Amino acid sequence: MMWAGVLVACASCYALKLAGLSLPASVLQDARVQRTVPLVPVALLAALVATQTFSTGHHLVVDVRTTALLVAIGMVLLRAPFLVVVASAAATAALLRLI
Amino acid sequence: MLQTCALSVLMFTGASQFALVGVVGAGGSVWAGAATAALLGSRNALYGMRLSSILDRTGWRRAAAAHFVIDETTAMAIARDPVADSRLAFWATGLAVFALWNLGTLIGALATHALPDPKVLGFDAAPPAAFLALLAPRLRAREPMAIALGAGVVALVCLPFVPAGVPLLIVAVLVAIYGVLRSRT
Repeated sequence: MMWAGVLVACASCYALKLAGLSLPASVLQDARVQRTVPLVPVALLAALVATQTFSTGHHLVVDVRTTALLVAIGMVLLRAPFLVVVASAAATAALLRLI
Repeated sequence: MLQTCALSVLMFTGASQFALVGVVGAGGSVWAGAATAALLGSRNALYGMRLSSILDRTGWRRAAAAHFVIDETTAMAIARDPVADSRLAFWATGLAVFALWNLGTLIGALATHALPDPKVLGFDAAPPAAFLALLAPRLRAREPMAIALGAGVVALVCLPFVPAGVPLLIVAVLVAIYGVLRSRT
């Protein structure tokens, strides 16, 4: 079951990449496609940030991950590299749990 | 562990991989995770369109090139001017990122077996930070900023009432409707 889902997801992602190279330009130059497709990752990534920070299972919670996210936001504003952003968030959560 | 490595080899588009693992890790079904991964991968189709004038349009080369159509290779390829330079940048970036990405995944997958409870190391706070870092460069205007805030709120409001992973799909449907309606006016 897990493998099936993983493989279907991989195949879909590859098909989308190939479609971009193969489909006639007119389809992808359609105003609705041009307008909508860039917005989808913005919404999904924001939803992932929110749900993975403020929930455990089906419960909304505020815990050390909130502080970790604030640290990450600060790092992003300082234009820190990707790994520094991620590591500082993890370190913040680990330190707060320690004390 | 094999599944994690398979994602890096076969999917090879970071945000989608993180999303699938994130949804499954939060208790969601693998299908909700797969749908989220595919939706996040839709932007690669737009990249492919921008690259199709640079890369070969036929045969096995296109099939191979398609696998490398990601944020990094697109950025490197369209920043070069003569077509030959662009093509070189695309393939060089693609091969380098592919090799290092998979090496990193393997090391990570091996290392997690040797580690204690991930919470002690704050690893549960790492995914949101990673998603944030991927999101930040896309927020340079007022509209995406508003969409990001709205999406976060909608996802949290839905979360207690639907299966894990489904809030993401609701958000995706809503933003698609918004985009289509906006482009008409």
